[in-house]
Amino acid sequence: MARREAVIGSRVGLHARPAAIFVKATTRTGLPVKIGRQGGSLVDARSMLGVLAVGAKNGDTVVLEAEGEGAESALDSLVVLLQQDHDEPAAVDA
Amino acid sequence: MPDLALRLSGLAVSPGTGAGPVHSLAPPPSLPAQADVVVDAVAETARAVAALEQVAADLERRASGATATAADVLEAQALIARDPVLAESVAGRVLDGAGAPWAIDAALREQQAVFVEMGGYLGERAADLDDIRARAVALLLGVPMPGVPSPGVPFVLVADDLAPADTALLDRAMVRALVTARGGPTSHTAILARALGIPAVVGCRGILDLPDGTTVRVDGTAGTVSAIRAEEVAAVQAEADAERVAAVAASGPGRTSDGHPVKLLRNIGSSEDLVGTEGDDGFEGVGLFRSEFLYLGRTTAPSGDEQEQAYRKLFEAVGGAKVVVRTLDAGADNPLPFLGLGDEENPALGVRGLRVARRRPEVLAEQLGAVARAAIATGADVWVMAPMVSTVDEAADFAEQAHAVGLPRAGAMVEVPAAALQAARLLEVVDFLSIGTNDLSQYALAADRMNGDLADLLDPWQPALLQLIAMCAAAGRHAGKSVSVCGEAAADPLLAPVLVGMGITSLSMSSASVPAVRAALLSRTWEDCEHLAAVALAARDAVSARTEVAAVVRR
Repeated sequence: MARREAVIGSRVGLHARPAAIFVKATTRTGLPVKIGRQGGSLVDARSMLGVLAVGAKNGDTVVLEAEGEGAESALDSLVVLLQQDHDEPAAVDA
Repeated sequence: MPDLALRLSGLAVSPGTGAGPVHSLAPPPSLPAQADVVVDAVAETARAVAALEQVAADLERRASGATATAADVLEAQALIARDPVLAESVAGRVLDGAGAPWAIDAALREQQAVFVEMGGYLGERAADLDDIRARAVALLLGVPMPGVPSPGVPFVLVADDLAPADTALLDRAMVRALVTARGGPTSHTAILARALGIPAVVGCRGILDLPDGTTVRVDGTAGTVSAIRAEEVAAVQAEADAERVAAVAASGPGRTSDGHPVKLLRNIGSSEDLVGTEGDDGFEGVGLFRSEFLYLGRTTAPSGDEQEQAYRKLFEAVGGAKVVVRTLDAGADNPLPFLGLGDEENPALGVRGLRVARRRPEVLAEQLGAVARAAIATGADVWVMAPMVSTVDEAADFAEQAHAVGLPRAGAMVEVPAAALQAARLLEVVDFLSIGTNDLSQYALAADRMNGDLADLLDPWQPALLQLIAMCAAAGRHAGKSVSVCGEAAADPLLAPVLVGMGITSLSMSSASVPAVRAALLSRTWEDCEHLAAVALAARDAVSARTEVAAVVRR
């Protein structure tokens, strides 16, 4: 069982575009990756509905878990993805 | 004959005016009262999954023909239609005896309830699920696909709420305005209408009662919908088009028609936001530079040298014009891992903005040092301001620190009502004030900015907010110091002259909002602006403030 923690880098959090990029990347690994909050229950990370419902915001730490061949390296690349900022330029927030 | 007294109001989310006959979005299909009997659960599940797959493929096809903003939204929606957990939930319901359309309907409704329960951003995404359900059910029942009508003439599109799939391929030439009964300021309708430049009003109760074909005038600046005669449509639309052309044609620095200067500055998050401003004679500088980009996603603080390089790049890109740097605006609601601030019960009321310096004074000191070195190296006109100032002592400490490193202009942001009430005293210790109206309204009206149910309280025309702004402007006039507005309010072409009339000296907004605000100021004198400010301040609520000012402007 591989396990990693990642800090969400996108300004809007793991929503919309960043969530879509993550779900697509997870699906491409072909592994049953799970995601959730620290200490919370984990959901299928290939499920857009599940990932959105995690409700992770910028700076939140999430947990990733996967089993199977290549799980360690797959999770490493997903961590990098989550820590990047995938947002469009921020809206007015003054 | 339409009822010409008809006048509806809602939230103004995309400025401009449009006129035409209303046409409603085709309603979602309703499920037959009598459910089918499922004989072959395997085949029925396959039918349901195939319908969802077709909806996903259709969304992706639409994404490929849409703008980048819309394409992102549609692709995210396609992923929901193709969600493996959703497919499992549907399969389970079919096994329990539900026909494919009923199974999809129930599975998506359950998920929708979860989103609504979570509220905020996810609550506003609930409409996206409605759309997937309606499309899949229409396919399975063999009824017409719900969607945007094509009446063959330019029209005003009316809906309960619009989903991304509806708005993505809207034809700007045919759709003159959007009006929805539901939706808040961050709904897709609002975001996409602004991106497409289509005037829009959301949260407009009563709009669904209008029969198709009723001719209306939609004012996306004032947030109103009024019935007009069919023969008036062409004239109203021609006037709106002329206003739009005038807005694009106006150039040069911001000023009233009698030459009173009002700086029109930009809100930016990185030097990339300045692309396209070179050689623009209307570029007067940056009124809000959000410095957070230097820190995002970092587990350690950026070094002083790294910061200095980033500021040098920015100051060179601004090219000698004024640039106001807001120091780090982080906190538990906008966390930066390296600060190690931890969770708070009430993040919006916790250690954020300048308050972070109570725990990590070295972060602010390093930032001011880097800004000062870059300012001296480039010779740029650099101003610095602190976010979340609540007391005169906080402002005085900040100004002293900035002046000590060689930054001559140090200011305080007014986001907390306490700061607005103390504006005159703040101006004794700082060089300028800048009002962040989004946070100021959140704190003055005690309404969370992310809560769609409270959108009316966050209306920048709320009398309490206008009074706080007027107090700051009056203090600035008295002290002879600059007081600017850098929130959403500054970008509203109807509100901008009101702010100027109060004595606000500069307005800062996203680059896209500048032309309309410039045109709005150029079309009236300084005295007109003072009159509009008096009208707005005399109104008893946000809606009457906006409608009374709009009435004076149109007279």
